[in-house]
Amino acid sequence: MDSAVTKELIETVARALIEAEAELTALDQAIGDGDHGINMKRGATAVLDQLDGLAEKPAGEAFKATGMQLVMKVGGASGPLYGTLLMTLGKFWPESLDRASLTTALDAAFAAVKARGKSDLGQKTMLDVLAPSIEAVGAGNSLEEIKAVAKAAAEATVPMQAIRGRASFLGERSVGHMDPGARSSQLAIAALCDALEGGS
Amino acid sequence: MSDKVGIVIVSHSPEVARGTADMVRQMVGTAVPLAHCGGNPDGGLGTDVAKIMTAIEEAWSEAGVALFVDLGGAETNSEMAIEMLPEERQARAVICNAPLVEGAVMGATEAWGGSSLEQVCATAEELSPA
Repeated sequence: MDSAVTKELIETVARALIEAEAELTALDQAIGDGDHGINMKRGATAVLDQLDGLAEKPAGEAFKATGMQLVMKVGGASGPLYGTLLMTLGKFWPESLDRASLTTALDAAFAAVKARGKSDLGQKTMLDVLAPSIEAVGAGNSLEEIKAVAKAAAEATVPMQAIRGRASFLGERSVGHMDPGARSSQLAIAALCDALEGGS
Repeated sequence: MSDKVGIVIVSHSPEVARGTADMVRQMVGTAVPLAHCGGNPDGGLGTDVAKIMTAIEEAWSEAGVALFVDLGGAETNSEMAIEMLPEERQARAVICNAPLVEGAVMGATEAWGGSSLEQVCATAEELSPA
């Protein structure tokens, strides 16, 4: 993958997350501790600060380094979670990119996040957006379709009850709100699709 | 370097971390290696992988270190910090599934008596609801 593409992907996602600060904070105030927006913004800003250095690496290395920035800078659980996602994606990033090798790398990244969060599907987390989105990539769906799948998946976390994380303290009261991590994952996927669409 | 298990306290709040460390010190004095950290990289509420790694280094003992953490992100960031330690140290840094204040105080008391890392965690974990 061309380093200009790597740069655009990382930059577009980082900017989308920074822009969503207020919304993510509002979602997290409803069922968490209200810091998801500011934490993601801190991480994304740290990534943008290093963008040129990150993007000049080969794509796999760039994703690993971006993940490490998130781990070190975010300050909440989302740092290790998104950091693990990117570090694993980078580790498994194929030399020659095709749908099958991309899906393998995404599956590995998903499994690593699942292990890091000790969580599973249906527990009102980012996994509930990542799983169907990765499946859509594997099935050969268009970028528009992948965006729609991610959006529907984030909305599907609204009626779920949280089992993991701070929201789990609320028990049934977590029902009725969209999960902030599911929303940030969806926004990242939408931004990625937009960047790829613009570039293709 | 001490032969007693070290204690590391990780809270979202720097004040809670410091206060917990004060309580531990009152129990065991300076006989047990102890370090604490709290706050995100900007100093607000949260946790910081780099600070946790430094705290583990400060409290390091050949007998290992027991980490006590408050809420979700403190645990996830502590796991991350442990994975970033030199490989030979990773198995000797353990997060105890115990309440922060009570766990740290009880764990430190156990460590003071020269117990193993496993025993220190087991004693602290008895405080957790089954």
